[in-house]
Amino acid sequence: MSVKKFVVGCFDDEAVLFPAVKKVRKAGYKLHDIYTPFPMHGLDHAMGLRDTSLHTAGFIYAITGTTTALGGISWVFTKDWPLNIGGKPHFALPAWIPITFELTVLFSAVGMVLTFCYLCQLAPFLKKHHFHPRATDDQFVMVIECTEKTNEDEVKSFLAQTGAKEINVQNAETGWWLGRYDKDTMPFQVRKEKTAFE
Amino acid sequence: MSSFKEQFEIPGRFRNISFALMAVGIVSVIVGFFMYGSHEPARFWATMLHNSVFFLLITNASMFFICATTLAMGSWQLAFRRVPEAISKCVIPLGIIALIVLLCIVLGDQHHIYHWLDKDHVQHDTILKGKAGFLNPTFFIVWTLLSIGLWIALGHKMRQLSRYLDENPLASVAEGRKYVFKSTIWSALFIVWFALTVASVTPWLWLMSIDAHWYSTMYSWYTFASSFVSGMSLIALFVIFLKNRGYLEVVTEEHLHDLGKFMFAFSIFWTYLWFSQYMLIWYANIPEETVYFKPRVQGVYKGIFFLNLIVNFLVPLLLLMRRSAKRNYTSVAILAVLIIFGHWVDFYQMVFVGPFKDHVDLNLFDFGVAAGFVGIIMFSTGRALAKAPLLAKNDPFFKESVIHHT
Repeated sequence: MSVKKFVVGCFDDEAVLFPAVKKVRKAGYKLHDIYTPFPMHGLDHAMGLRDTSLHTAGFIYAITGTTTALGGISWVFTKDWPLNIGGKPHFALPAWIPITFELTVLFSAVGMVLTFCYLCQLAPFLKKHHFHPRATDDQFVMVIECTEKTNEDEVKSFLAQTGAKEINVQNAETGWWLGRYDKDTMPFQVRKEKTAFE
Repeated sequence: MSSFKEQFEIPGRFRNISFALMAVGIVSVIVGFFMYGSHEPARFWATMLHNSVFFLLITNASMFFICATTLAMGSWQLAFRRVPEAISKCVIPLGIIALIVLLCIVLGDQHHIYHWLDKDHVQHDTILKGKAGFLNPTFFIVWTLLSIGLWIALGHKMRQLSRYLDENPLASVAEGRKYVFKSTIWSALFIVWFALTVASVTPWLWLMSIDAHWYSTMYSWYTFASSFVSGMSLIALFVIFLKNRGYLEVVTEEHLHDLGKFMFAFSIFWTYLWFSQYMLIWYANIPEETVYFKPRVQGVYKGIFFLNLIVNFLVPLLLLMRRSAKRNYTSVAILAVLIIFGHWVDFYQMVFVGPFKDHVDLNLFDFGVAAGFVGIIMFSTGRALAKAPLLAKNDPFFKESVIHHT
C-alpha cells in the first residue's frame, strides 16, 4: 500500500456532519471515509456508498451449508455406514432437517463474520492507521483524500466553513500492516505528539 | 395536511366486484345446501366451517397486529393504521357468520364433523369420555360466544380510542401520555384475550376437535401463525390498493418493506411450527399420534399437504428474501395473494381430512363460498375505510411513522 495525504476534520454534532457531507461531495472532494462512534442511519446513503453485497455472500454461504449438511448426512447414512435407527428409513429426511438448518446458519454466520472482517481489514495483529482516537468516543471524523492537485489550505478552510471543529493534515498509510497496538505506537501517543506540535 | 386525500371514497368497480363476489357466495351456499345438505351434510358444514373460521381469523389478526405494535411502542403502523382498523371491523359480520355456522354444527348435532357430539359414542370411548369436561356443547358454545364477543368488543374499543383523536386533538404532552397509557392498557387486554383464544383454546375447539382423539400442543400456534401471516398479507393488499388509488400519501416503500418483512418472517415461523409438529410425531411414530398425518402425508391429501409447504414456505422464502422484492408493490401484492391462498388451502386440510379421509373433493362450491367471504371482507373493509379519515394524524406517534426509515 501507499502513504497518502489526508485532510482530517472532526465534527461533534451529527446534525452538522450530514450537511457537511453533502457540501463536500458537491464541491467534488474525494471522501476517503467517515469514522463515527456508532452506526449512523443514512450516512452510507449520504456518502453515496453502494449497498453492501454481504447479504449475497451470506446467501451463498447458507446454501453451501445446506448442501454440505444434506450431502454429508445422506452419504453417511445411505452409502457409507447405513444404520437401522428405530426402524426408520435410511433416507430419513425429517430427522436431518434440524441439522441442515443448523449448518445453514453456522455456515452463513461464520462466513459472513469472516467476510465482514476481511472487507473491513480487521484481524488480530493487523494494524491500520487511526486518524483520530476520539472517533471511538464522541467525534465524527471526516477524512478527505488529497491528490497532487489538491490545495490543502483550501480544503481546510472549506471544512472549517462546514462546521468542523478540529482540522489537520496527516500523511498516512492507507493499507494495513502487521503489528500490535500495545507494542507499537499507541493511538493516544500519536495524538499527544500532534497536539504538542500544533 | 389539507392537500392529502384523507377521505376514501369507495370506487364503483370495487363496490360492484364486492357485491358480485357476495352474490357468488350466497348462490354457492344455497346450491351447496341443496346438493349436500340432505344426504351429505358434513360436506356442506365442513366447507362453511373452513371458510368462516379462516376468514374470521385472518381479519382478527389485524387487530392483533395493531395491539402488538401498540404495546411495543411501534410507531410505523400509524401511517396506515386505519387499514388494519378497517379490516378488523370485518370481525363483526364474519364473527356473526362463524358463530351461526358453529352453533348450527354443534346444536344441529353434526357428529360427522365433531364426533365428540355423539353422546352414545362418547359413552364407549375412553379417550373422548376423558375429554368430555372440555369437549362438550356447553363449553364449546360459551367459549365461542366469549371469544367472538370479546374480539368484537375489545376491537371496537381500540378503534374508538383511535377515532376519538380525530375530533379531539391532544392538547398537551400530559394528555398524550394519558392517551398512550390508555391505548397500551386496552391493547394489552386484547392481547391477553387473543392469547387465551386464538393462541390456545379456540383452535382446539373449532379445528383440533375435528380429530378429537388426537392432540398436538403445537396446534394453536400453528393456526395462529397461519392466520397472522395471511392477515399481514391482507393488510399489505389493502395498503397497496389504497396506494394505487392515490391515497395514503405518507405510506412509503419503508412501510411496505416492513409489511413484507412480516410476511417473510411469519412464513418461516409457520414452517417452523409445521415442521416441529410433524417431525416430533414422525420421530416418535406412536399410532395415536401418527393417525393425524397418515391420510395427509401418505393418503389422498398428499398433494395438498406438500403443495402447502411449497406455497407457504419455499415461494415466500425465495421470492421475498431480497430487499428489493419487499420494497416492490407488484411483488408484495402477488405474494400476498399467494400466501392468503396457500393458508386457505392449509385450513382446508386442517378441516377436511377429519370427516373425509378417503377422497379429496375440493370443488367450485368451496371456491364459491370463499369468494363470498372475500366479497364480505371487501365490502365491509371498504365501508369502514370510507367512514373514517385515512390518516390517524392526531396520534402522538404519527410523525414518527411518516419519517419512518428502515
